[in-house]
Amino acid sequence: MLVDGIKSRPQYPGLTADAFAKVHVFAADGDGAQAVIDLFERQGRDINGRVIVVYADTAPGAPDYASRLEALPVELVHCMPTVATAITRLVGVLNVARMGTRIYASGTETMIGLTVQLAQELGMDPATVITEHRGSRARRVQCVHCKGMTENVTTNIVTCAHCGLSLLVRDHYSKRRAAFQGVCVDAEVRGEIPEITEIFK
Amino acid sequence: MSGADIPVRVARVETVAERIKRIRFVPVDGRPLPTFSAGAHTVVTMRDGAKTIKNPYSLMGPLGDTTGYEISVLRTNNSHGGSQFVHEKLFEGAFVTISHPSNLFALDLRARKHLLIAGGIGITPIMAMADQLHQIGTPFELHYSTRTPSSGAYVDELKQRYGRKIHHYQTVSARRIDLANLLSQQPLGTHLYVCGPDVMIEDVLRLAREAGWPEQHLHAEHFTSPRGGLPFDVELAKSARTVRVKEDESILQALESAGLEPPYLCRGGACGQCETAVLSCDGNILHYDHYLTDEEKEQGRKIMICVSRIKGQRVTLDL
Repeated sequence: MLVDGIKSRPQYPGLTADAFAKVHVFAADGDGAQAVIDLFERQGRDINGRVIVVYADTAPGAPDYASRLEALPVELVHCMPTVATAITRLVGVLNVARMGTRIYASGTETMIGLTVQLAQELGMDPATVITEHRGSRARRVQCVHCKGMTENVTTNIVTCAHCGLSLLVRDHYSKRRAAFQGVCVDAEVRGEIPEITEIFK
Repeated sequence: MSGADIPVRVARVETVAERIKRIRFVPVDGRPLPTFSAGAHTVVTMRDGAKTIKNPYSLMGPLGDTTGYEISVLRTNNSHGGSQFVHEKLFEGAFVTISHPSNLFALDLRARKHLLIAGGIGITPIMAMADQLHQIGTPFELHYSTRTPSSGAYVDELKQRYGRKIHHYQTVSARRIDLANLLSQQPLGTHLYVCGPDVMIEDVLRLAREAGWPEQHLHAEHFTSPRGGLPFDVELAKSARTVRVKEDESILQALESAGLEPPYLCRGGACGQCETAVLSCDGNILHYDHYLTDEEKEQGRKIMICVSRIKGQRVTLDL
């Protein structure tokens, strides 16, 4: 039911170091920390200048990513309990940043999406954010009818947390909203809902 | 080209600085001209006796003025008659035609701030940009460098309008732009626009990349005027004709003189509209454009006929 080939569906090519950047700001959640650690192992010599990591420590029962990040040659690791608090901290870091700062995002699609959204709000071209997906594929979904957001959606069809409509979760993605689009699935015959399966694990 | 050309009359010719004239065109039929965005250009078609000259010029603004367009023209020595014609023979009351404006150097309005850098006559599209940014209230600063104080067209006008946002430098004096410092001091979310001599554009872009600016935030106006060279023959495979390209004309100009109408847009090697397949060439292609990739230039299977030439006797094009 998910339509393939939707152009707005984000792609995450993987982290690579920008050898010219003067400041590197990494935004990561959960297993996204491992992507940062792997990058330093692979390309550490290309990472010159200051490094700041904003990490949402959300990986349940995971290795101690926070101290492993602090062991990297970085200036500062901001370790935050949730994605929301990490994004708030990222606002503080990027608000005073200058050109020459490279933004990296790794982890869940939600973490990456919110980082790209923030970069864009601060005037950066969204394509300048270097991204790598790790961990859950759960989606942040915007209801196209009431505009409300439903977080951590893992099923093809979800009940909108705001207006209660049954939404088909599409690949259509809004960078500005950092959300996939959910469209009423039973608009023609109310209650006629296809089988619900967990497809975004 | 998009749409038919627009007949206009020269309403005003004004000498604004050494070797620089500002020209105002108004529509012959009195109907409003198309609106344009900052960075847009128009191709002006002028007739000098039997010769037709077509040159692209940036529109300076003011934006939103549909009663006329203004351009500035620098008199150059190696001109193919374009700037020379404008300076010597284009008087008030003359009739020319202009193309619909098109824009290859637009502002990225998602930016938080815009850094405008102009050298010499490169100020013309940048003036329209300053006007647009002033109108919409987005922060900007303009760094404008000229050879001598008197060659600095528009410095006073700009300072009067935008005050401390304008920084003027004279390249002959010690007050040169400290680019490295300037580029390292810009807030995140700044976009850069540069227009001026090729060397200046290359310098600014290189320093910006070294300062860690991403490619998506760098914008340059890369108009090149066609340069002369040795004459050669162009064989047109489809129309089975051979046209001689003289020392002082481009392939595009030679084809137009021969009555052909190959597609073009910017006439400055920037837009890609006149990309033409090369079927054979008995020498080397001299690529002067900013459009083809280095790899494509190396392969030699394409040529931008508005600015590039060949070093050889004969080139066969898929036209």
